[in-house]
Amino acid sequence: MSSRGPAVRPGGRPGAGGGWMGMGGPPAGKTKDARKTLRRLVGRLRPEATWIVLVTLLGSASVAFAVIGPKILGNATNVIFNGVVGKSLPAGMTKAQAIALLRAHGRGQIAQMLSGMDVRPGRGIDFNMLGDILLLAVAVYALSSAFTWMQGYIMAGVAQRTVYGLRRDVEGKLAKLPLKYFDSHPHGDILSRVTNDIDNVATTLQQGLSQLLTSGLTVIGVLAMMLWISPLLAVISLITVPLSIVVTLVIARRSQKEFAAQWRWTGSLNGHVEQMHTGHALVQVFGRRKQAMEEFERHNAQLYSASFRAQFLSGIIQPAMQFLANLNYVAIAVIGGYRVASGTMTLGDVQAFISYSRQFTMPITQIAGQMNLLQSGLASAERVFELLDAEEETADAAGAVGLPDLTGRVALEHVAFRYEPDKPLISDFNLEVQPGQTIAIVGPTGAGKTTIVNLLMRFYELDSGRICLDGVDEHDLPRDEVRRAFGMVLQDTWLFAGTIRDNIAYGKDGATDEEVIAAAQAAHVDPFVRTLPSGYNTVLDDEASDLSSGQRQLLTIARAFLADAPILILDEATSNVDTRTEVLIQTAMARLRRGRTSFVIAHRLSTIRNADTIVAMDGGRIVESGTHEELLARKGFYHELYNSQFTEAMVEAQI
Amino acid sequence: MAQVLIRLLRSFVRPYTREVAIVVVLVVIQSVANLYLPNLNADIINNGVAKGDLGYIWRTGGVMLGITVILGLLSIVAVYWASLAAIGVGRDLRAAVFRQVQSFSAHDMNRLGTASLITRNTNDVQQVQLVLQIALTILAAAPIMAVGGVVMALREDVPLSSLLVVVVPLLAAVVGLMFVNAIPLFRSMQGKIDRINQVLREQITGVRVIRAFRRNQYERGRFEVANADLTNTALTVNRIFVLALPALMGIMNLTAVAVLWFGGHLVDSGEMPIGNLTAFMQYIIQILFSVMMAVAMVILVPRAEASAARILEVLDTQSEIVDPREPVDPPETTGHIEFRGVTFGYPGGEKPVLTELSFDLPPGQTTAIIGGTGSGKTTVLNLIPRFFDVTSGEVLVDGVDVRRQSLERLWSTLGIVPQRAYLFKGTVAENLRFGGDGVTDEELWHALEVAQAREFVEKMPGQLEAPIDQGGTNVSGGQRQRLAIARAIVKRPSAYLFDDCFSALDAGTDSRLRAALAAETKQATVVIVAQRVSTIMHADRIVVLDEGRIVGLGTHAELMADCEPYREIVESQLGERVA
Repeated sequence: MSSRGPAVRPGGRPGAGGGWMGMGGPPAGKTKDARKTLRRLVGRLRPEATWIVLVTLLGSASVAFAVIGPKILGNATNVIFNGVVGKSLPAGMTKAQAIALLRAHGRGQIAQMLSGMDVRPGRGIDFNMLGDILLLAVAVYALSSAFTWMQGYIMAGVAQRTVYGLRRDVEGKLAKLPLKYFDSHPHGDILSRVTNDIDNVATTLQQGLSQLLTSGLTVIGVLAMMLWISPLLAVISLITVPLSIVVTLVIARRSQKEFAAQWRWTGSLNGHVEQMHTGHALVQVFGRRKQAMEEFERHNAQLYSASFRAQFLSGIIQPAMQFLANLNYVAIAVIGGYRVASGTMTLGDVQAFISYSRQFTMPITQIAGQMNLLQSGLASAERVFELLDAEEETADAAGAVGLPDLTGRVALEHVAFRYEPDKPLISDFNLEVQPGQTIAIVGPTGAGKTTIVNLLMRFYELDSGRICLDGVDEHDLPRDEVRRAFGMVLQDTWLFAGTIRDNIAYGKDGATDEEVIAAAQAAHVDPFVRTLPSGYNTVLDDEASDLSSGQRQLLTIARAFLADAPILILDEATSNVDTRTEVLIQTAMARLRRGRTSFVIAHRLSTIRNADTIVAMDGGRIVESGTHEELLARKGFYHELYNSQFTEAMVEAQI
Repeated sequence: MAQVLIRLLRSFVRPYTREVAIVVVLVVIQSVANLYLPNLNADIINNGVAKGDLGYIWRTGGVMLGITVILGLLSIVAVYWASLAAIGVGRDLRAAVFRQVQSFSAHDMNRLGTASLITRNTNDVQQVQLVLQIALTILAAAPIMAVGGVVMALREDVPLSSLLVVVVPLLAAVVGLMFVNAIPLFRSMQGKIDRINQVLREQITGVRVIRAFRRNQYERGRFEVANADLTNTALTVNRIFVLALPALMGIMNLTAVAVLWFGGHLVDSGEMPIGNLTAFMQYIIQILFSVMMAVAMVILVPRAEASAARILEVLDTQSEIVDPREPVDPPETTGHIEFRGVTFGYPGGEKPVLTELSFDLPPGQTTAIIGGTGSGKTTVLNLIPRFFDVTSGEVLVDGVDVRRQSLERLWSTLGIVPQRAYLFKGTVAENLRFGGDGVTDEELWHALEVAQAREFVEKMPGQLEAPIDQGGTNVSGGQRQRLAIARAIVKRPSAYLFDDCFSALDAGTDSRLRAALAAETKQATVVIVAQRVSTIMHADRIVVLDEGRIVGLGTHAELMADCEPYREIVESQLGERVA
């Protein structure tokens, strides 16, 4: 007897436990246009069309064989039952004679049953026939299993290849998105799209689609078999179907509410825990442990009652389904028995029917779960597609060519720029920088000093005007050529998980070890790297927390040394850096600037005063520009900034 | 394979012994009743159908119906008690983890990591709770069903039951083989997912650097390797898992075929009534089915095991910073701090961070500590509230070694402003009242005024009641620092520890704040750690640290005269001309 598909399949959702009962997980996002997303997802499966057709065929065949199985076994039972009954009758009689005899003895009931059976009086079980039938059953079941396996095997390939491609496309897309996209979308959100959402799509493809197919086919197949064997019993079985759907829906709707509450309370508990753990030392020293615990207990109690209700409600779905299934079983056993006794049905058919009715309710509950899975998968797919649809950077100008050796002359001509249409930041800005000159960019925190970096390196496009490198408009150059002209050391020291050597070598394609070490020496990185047990092969972890922020900064300077670009963009800001390292950074930066045009986001007095031009920024805008003396004489913004930011400390120090 | 999980649950399930006992009893009753149904079905066939007794069929059907109803009710009651126990254990685990973390030292916090502790406190507990819930409902039923099924099967027919002897080990072998192969693969797959996420995270956060250095191709390659690697592993894992279902189904179906074949012979020879054959087949299905359900659920166990290990790591961490057995109460509270021959090294660290430090921090004076990173400035501060304990020597507060005082007493004397000013979600007032519950609004305003925060708080909507986001992200860095300073002032401690908390203030605010603070802290001990010379040059005394040793101690003028390292620092910050 076959029972296809337990409520939770052993092969189901490897590693993902949250989906138990299909509603324990966090609330799935809503899709804006599910049909469109589905169509698009299916579109991505097109290269796999041949395989998908094969999967469908195998799935159908597997279901068909699995559905025929119980009927075959039922026939086997009939053969046995016929044999048992036949043996009890005197040999040498025909079936009609036996029936007549039984009726004559007042055993009309058995006679009636006999009339519906294929009995040969006096003969026991026909083992030849039984053997043939069972061999057929073995073949059918073996094929069904083999097809299920092949289907799953192929589907795994289809799903993984598709997700692989999706991931590749998304990663490729990241490289084409304008900086604006990264600046205007929370990093966590982008990251979640390219990781969690794609994982979710993978799960849906791997399990959702093919199982939905099998479940659907099973329902149809089983229904057909049931109707074929006994329309009456089929109708009785079908009564429990809407009943179970209604029960599931009613309970699910209520428990969904409780689950939402559970996630809400989990969120607030999480928030509290996060705060208390982050501010751990404060909580201790300010003597707030008791209050923190009390607050925690309050959240915890709320979470407890919400979880309990959610868990209990969703927990009774299973027993409720079991109850209905048992009810069905009893009905079939009784009515089936009655009908066998009255000769209108065979015992084997009743037996087959019992297993059909078991098979029938399961895929229905499964379909509900798979629809959930599909829905959440589609929501994820939509978010991934949104990312894929985001506007890309404009293509490099056609026929754009590289620059020969740059001298480092930079000219900004009538530059106008704004991040948001209604907030002009820079308009008609002109600046001529000769090779080797230093431009200091000054302004209070948040003045938008990185805007200059964004424009020079063409991370953002100008609204109008142009920036020329050695007289060539950046716009006419491929972006990579523009960026080749610049070396960059930002305050945000980005290092990736890899060795120190790889991180320095990042500055130049195919850098040799000698070059890396030379750059490291120039940037004062070499001494501390050599004190590390693995030296240049030290693997930096995710946050590179094993290096101090000063050391990280030195590493990025080494990188810029290696890049050896004619123009530099430096950020002097060195927060959280100790004074010793700061001196190292200063000398390294000074050495790096030698003979190069440099744009410095300046924090040191000496840099500012010695700069050829100072660009003063405030509120995202360029307010003034000129030399130190010119700007001081103007008694404007810079004058004020200079006095408040720099002189006080200096005067004090002289006391 | 689940020792850790079991160890964790053993102690936490104990309070729920009653609930668990009830669940087990109910599950036993359910299983027996479930197994009894096919038995009744056999009776229907043997006594009703075969003998043509319609009345018997109806009567037995009635009994079956009754059992079904009772079964349904019982299982709902079982779910109730199981949920009570599982959710209760979850709640207790969360509270235990939280309470434990509260007692942690700074060292423990660093070692385990804040983010990881948050995950352990919620997600990991969730995993354990889920497995417990399932164990109590589905897993518990499996062995009972299996044993009960075997007993019933034996009762029906001994020779036929020997089939089980073949099938059950076969099933176990298939399942075991799958697990042995899949679990390491699962682990490695998780690692590869992490790797992909890491590369992508780096690409997103480092987008400027990548583009500046034109390394898109390189990144592409890095990602490609990770992507292909994950795809291959995922494919292998999934291909193992798609084998499971057809294999188990195949075994079950073939067992049914075997039952009919061998059973047919037994029926033919009269050793077994035909109805029992049907019943037997249903027993076997039920046994295998419950085993399969259990197997499906067991998939969750490795994950819960990992979670349990992470929870236990927290619960097993005994903070080394605990109250002394017999706390000594200092006779008076003046805020006097003294370091006597203090040496400190991090556990496992090669070189000590601080070596033989001795100095006095008397009340009414401001002492500044300056020096490079790794010079141990912040460590000096951390030793005072016992965030860490000295390796040798002693730190005294109010004349008593901090290790001999009760933590609450010690902490109540200290006002700390950490390097990273952290504010809690709530209002400005709630954050300030962290320093003391019974503080009036006037006192809060006063503290804000001293901290140079009055002006911007007055401009905030709702003023003292203005909302503060978690971490204080809705105010600027400088404002955050000033609020953190105000919070310490509200507490009116006898000793203030400022850990480089003036860095985000501009020079003007910095000097105004220090002036106001000086008036406020006349009686108190003030320790300031700073990077900026201008912040500390007016201190009564300046301690210059270098590699954990004192290399200079005196006023600004004194140090400028005879402390070379100090002069170096001043010059590097204020430019050549000053010197």
